[in-house]
Amino acid sequence: MEPVLVFPDPAPPELAQVLDLGGYPWKAVNDDITATRLAPNAGWSGAVICAYADPERAFSLCRSLRRSDNQLEPLMILVNGTQLAELEQRDELFEDFCLSPFHPRELEARLKHLFWRSGGVTDTRPELVEYADLVLNLETYQAAIGGKPLDLTFMEYELLKFLSSNPGKVFTRETLLSRVWGYEYYGGARTVDVHIRRLRAKLGEHHAGLIQTVRSVGYRFGQSRWGITAE
Amino acid sequence: MERKKEYVVRTAEERGVRLIRLWFTDVLGQLKSVAISPDELENAFEEGMHFDGSSIDGFSRKQESDVLAIPDPLTFGLLPWGNGDDLSARMFCDIMNPDGTPFSGDPRQVLKRNVDRARERGYEFMVAPEMEFFYFRNGDASKPLEPLDQGSYFDLTTADVASDLRKRTLLVLEQMGIAVEYSFHEDAPSQHEIDLRYTDALAMADNVMTFRLLVREIAMEQGAFATFMPKPLAGVQGSGMHTHMSLFEGDQNAFHDPGDPSGLSAVGRQFIAGLLHHAPEITAVTNQLVNSYKRLVVGYEAPVYVTWARNNHSALVRVPVTKRGKSSSTRIEYRAPDPACNPYLAYSVMLAAGLKGIEEGYELPPEASANVFEMTDEERAAEGMRPLPQSLSDALDVMEGSELVAEALGEHIFEWFLRNKRAEWQDYKAQVSQFELDRYLAAW
Repeated sequence: MEPVLVFPDPAPPELAQVLDLGGYPWKAVNDDITATRLAPNAGWSGAVICAYADPERAFSLCRSLRRSDNQLEPLMILVNGTQLAELEQRDELFEDFCLSPFHPRELEARLKHLFWRSGGVTDTRPELVEYADLVLNLETYQAAIGGKPLDLTFMEYELLKFLSSNPGKVFTRETLLSRVWGYEYYGGARTVDVHIRRLRAKLGEHHAGLIQTVRSVGYRFGQSRWGITAE
Repeated sequence: MERKKEYVVRTAEERGVRLIRLWFTDVLGQLKSVAISPDELENAFEEGMHFDGSSIDGFSRKQESDVLAIPDPLTFGLLPWGNGDDLSARMFCDIMNPDGTPFSGDPRQVLKRNVDRARERGYEFMVAPEMEFFYFRNGDASKPLEPLDQGSYFDLTTADVASDLRKRTLLVLEQMGIAVEYSFHEDAPSQHEIDLRYTDALAMADNVMTFRLLVREIAMEQGAFATFMPKPLAGVQGSGMHTHMSLFEGDQNAFHDPGDPSGLSAVGRQFIAGLLHHAPEITAVTNQLVNSYKRLVVGYEAPVYVTWARNNHSALVRVPVTKRGKSSSTRIEYRAPDPACNPYLAYSVMLAAGLKGIEEGYELPPEASANVFEMTDEERAAEGMRPLPQSLSDALDVMEGSELVAEALGEHIFEWFLRNKRAEWQDYKAQVSQFELDRYLAAW
């Protein structure tokens, strides 16, 4: 699946989390110039626009995304309660909207429905994440290294999926906790260390180095491509 | 279906799992299991598995006895033993009332409640137990126990059955995702220790339940017998479950203070003070067998008096010296528990005692300087050292008066536990032991 366009940059963390947990690749942009520059070859697979912080820029971005010959859809717009009236007579700008603050489950369900309807996600979603000897099949939830299946718990699988989908990037414990674990966990930031250690043990001696500790920052999967940038 | 449940259903399907064992724990700490086929998984997640609780120790109630076991998908794991074509997996369950509220007799929910209470104050409770146990040739209690080896502390016993057993156990533990820090031969013949690497308390209590089953299964597989009985042999050390504990606030260790010469924060001191203050009250839970108290005697490196020290192995609470720069490993070690406890309940009362110390701002008494075992009774009294309860009966008497324990366990378990353990003590008292025959038969 091609990435989903998200406005603004940086994306609100609660939105980033829903997208990550739902398995949507995404990129945040602040204006239509960046949107064009960062657009994948096959085009964005959709957009999620937060209109509550800066409605003017948000609606202007929506218009420019819809104006081009290659109309971007589906488009989901997030507004707060006082903005409902502004949606009137702008029906052509979006496929669906959600009230902010949103319930993560609701947004997740709406996105799923929206992308299903537009034929986006379920058909073209890539089923595999591959990095060196490691393969994750997102559809069957199975992971294998060197062709050997890995026996993972759900959280280990989720952590490995997140890390291997973002190779070369450094994540702090706090970021991993909020992006991977979400709301439901015991043990706080230390739990991240516990799971990393278990993942390394399960990856085996030869592959344990896939997950690297970046001292006093956090963890990185695979080789650093852009130098160390903490998120 | 939620992703975490879908994960379990798909994994069972993809890996060809034949049987899923749903595990839960009774009040005494015995593992219970009901097996379902993968077809029943979705139903188990959505509706739970109904069963009659009246035949489970500590689950019985006066009115109705129906309870629900709801599997926790985050605990799904393949069981690495057994033969290949009969692959099975396990999940721990939470026990619920038919109306969906937590069942008050479920130890796992008791621990969740206590951990949540710590979390409301901003603390995550991390634990790491040192599991000690014995291997014997067989488990027939009517014959003298035969150790598998005559090794002693740190012995590297060559190619004996026991070290093969331990090696295989470590391998399977790793496969189950239970990380091991150290493993070695303990003092007594055929006594072994495996130290688990810290996790949050709930995951660790699950780990301890898995660990006990796994050690025994693997011993049995090789025709031997493993036991976590606290004191199987008179005259040598018993088996303890020293427990290392720490509280974390975010990724900061709340027990650590770089400004303190010993590295221990005020929170750390108060937590120790809480443990010491309430130690006699919680002992019936951390040491729940008649036999537990045969371990807590002078001369075998088990704690007997309520003391703390930095590096003195006779103290009840020890503060291990941490390596420079390893602030995250600041922790305290509580040395009373034995491996025959119910880990959910033991962690609950230990945490409650420590938290009480923080809430009430208890003063930490001075550190025990000398070896407490070498002091006279008068010297100990002068320093205000109290002994731990001397027997299960003593321990129950102290526990009965403890509001802290009643609150931590909840009324249901508190009352059932006291009743059940009093009965155990009565049964024991009615026995005539070999000691008495040897000592009195001819003399009187």
